[in-house]
Amino acid sequence: MTPIIELRDFKKTYKTGEIEVHAVRGVNLTVQAGEFVAVMGASGSGKSTLMNTIGCLDRPTSGAYLLDGVNVGRLQRDQLADLRNQKIGFVFQGFNLLSRTSASENVELPMLYRRPAVPAAEQRRRALESLTKVGLGQRGDHTPNQLSGGQQQRVAIARALVNTPKLLLADEPTGNLDSRTSIEIMGIFQELNRGGMTIVMVTHELDVARYAKRMVVMRDGRIVTDQAVEGMSSAQEELARLDAEQKAVNLAP
Amino acid sequence: MIILASIRLALRALRRNLLRTLLTMLGIIIGVAAVISVVSIGNGAKKQVEAQIATLGQNVILVLSGNVSRGGFSMGFGSAGTLTQPDLEAIRKEVEGVEGASPEVRVFSQLANGNQNANVQVSGVSADYLSIRAWPLKSGNNFTEQDVRGATKVAIIGQTTKKTLFGDSDAVGQSIRIKNAPFTIVGELAAKGMNMMGSDQDDIVLVPFTSALKRLAGGTSFRSISVQAVDAKLVPGVQHDLDDLLRQRHKIQDGRDPDFLIRTQQEISNVATSTSRVLTVLLGSVAGVSLVVGGIGIMNIMLVSVTERTREIGVRLAIGARTRDIMMQFLFEAIALSVIGGIIGIGLGAWISGRLSGVMGSPTVVAANSILIAFGSSALIGIVFGYFPALKAARLDPIEALRFE
Repeated sequence: MTPIIELRDFKKTYKTGEIEVHAVRGVNLTVQAGEFVAVMGASGSGKSTLMNTIGCLDRPTSGAYLLDGVNVGRLQRDQLADLRNQKIGFVFQGFNLLSRTSASENVELPMLYRRPAVPAAEQRRRALESLTKVGLGQRGDHTPNQLSGGQQQRVAIARALVNTPKLLLADEPTGNLDSRTSIEIMGIFQELNRGGMTIVMVTHELDVARYAKRMVVMRDGRIVTDQAVEGMSSAQEELARLDAEQKAVNLAP
Repeated sequence: MIILASIRLALRALRRNLLRTLLTMLGIIIGVAAVISVVSIGNGAKKQVEAQIATLGQNVILVLSGNVSRGGFSMGFGSAGTLTQPDLEAIRKEVEGVEGASPEVRVFSQLANGNQNANVQVSGVSADYLSIRAWPLKSGNNFTEQDVRGATKVAIIGQTTKKTLFGDSDAVGQSIRIKNAPFTIVGELAAKGMNMMGSDQDDIVLVPFTSALKRLAGGTSFRSISVQAVDAKLVPGVQHDLDDLLRQRHKIQDGRDPDFLIRTQQEISNVATSTSRVLTVLLGSVAGVSLVVGGIGIMNIMLVSVTERTREIGVRLAIGARTRDIMMQFLFEAIALSVIGGIIGIGLGAWISGRLSGVMGSPTVVAANSILIAFGSSALIGIVFGYFPALKAARLDPIEALRFE
């Protein structure tokens, strides 16, 4: 079976004037379909560069990157855009929803750039389906400022899923959320993963990384740890435990 | 991304910041409204001049008598009186395609009916004059060829003069005294209104030119001869033949200036309209400058908008918008700004010219082509001034754009 992500001796060098910055100094990484990978590392470790490359926003300086069997290194700007549109769903730290635009219209956005074009009625149907998947089927008319942070991130996840991508790419998805909402979002990720979705998530919080199946740690542009998560957390159980604790102090009804 | 979706996207983006949208459009609105109203005033003036030229009659060629120079100053055509009755007869007989010809002898003279009197232009003309000028009679009859040959004392009276001398009572059959000679009124002219210069064409009395020469003006020459061609197509030929005939009769060698001047209606109307056209072009180009200024306003706001929405652009790029999609989105926004502004401007311009025509008492004509040009140029302004901001947006690096604060 073709791996979803295959990086071979991937290097990325930026030139700022005379100085060459080696952001990534040779990474080999293979992610199979159905995996849930957390990428960790301090700032400057090269994890952002790695994610940008995996997300087809950038191309390797040297080495090869194959996304679902497609060699990304040779593609032009617009071909990369099409690839992102069809194969990757993005979830950002800052949600990045369009303000003053309803949730369902935000979710429809990736279909706007789908080739061949998706009929308007089909767009609405799929947007609603996607919103229902993240538990917001009734909130399609709400604009982002009428939604809580957790709900906004769910809309963003619905948007990422609407084009049925091969890979869900999340960059610090819980960075702007409180701990309980974070666990809820991780719950959605785990559920999607159980349904077969491949997920790669960047985080700097170890307890968030514990919801993934596999953990990759980067330092100085190289992978230093790549192992299965031992004692993987279950969002469902965590939420149940949290509810019980809150009940004990009468915080929750 | 289909064009319809781009348009919808653009309109939604514009609705989101309505006040800014309206203010940005204002430049285009004012520019287009200015162009439309200036051009419509110009068109109206042109129409008016043309209508007045048409009152001269159909297919008329005017032969003016030569000019006199006194001490180096030209006294103007018609002042010398080089055209004579034999010239008139020759024109009638020898030039092909002539429907009719009438000389004009002008005398300002005191008219009297009993104790009513007036100073009026008396024109000596031939019996063809009324048909040449397409001037119908209100009552009575034209004078005849016999009247002309016999220099009878008959007259046709214009509406204004008739009102001055007779009030509301019937003038036909009455007698008036011109320079103390009694003339019988045989006909009453229909009202014709003002001419190009703004003088009243109805304050006039027509008499046979023979009578005018013999009893009123003295002398034997005419200030002008109006010649009517049978058909509009024959006008150039008749003009040419008239020139040949009169040069021959007046013994003027080739290459020398003639002692007469031939003008067709077309030439007269060209001179009259060229002034108003120059003015229209001048004012129109000033208005055009304001259109360009409006375009720069659009460019300015679009650049601000691109910067403001860098993150949005980043998201769109990340989820698969191609360069062209982003380009189209912002270009359509600029075009929508300028085209909607243009449409409002056209409406405003039409309204302004309507009001102006009321105030100035002259008609304004909002021509279809000026609307099309205004619409087209506002769309063009949208494309030209929207292009650079759209390009700036489309060329953003998705990673940089997503990171933009």
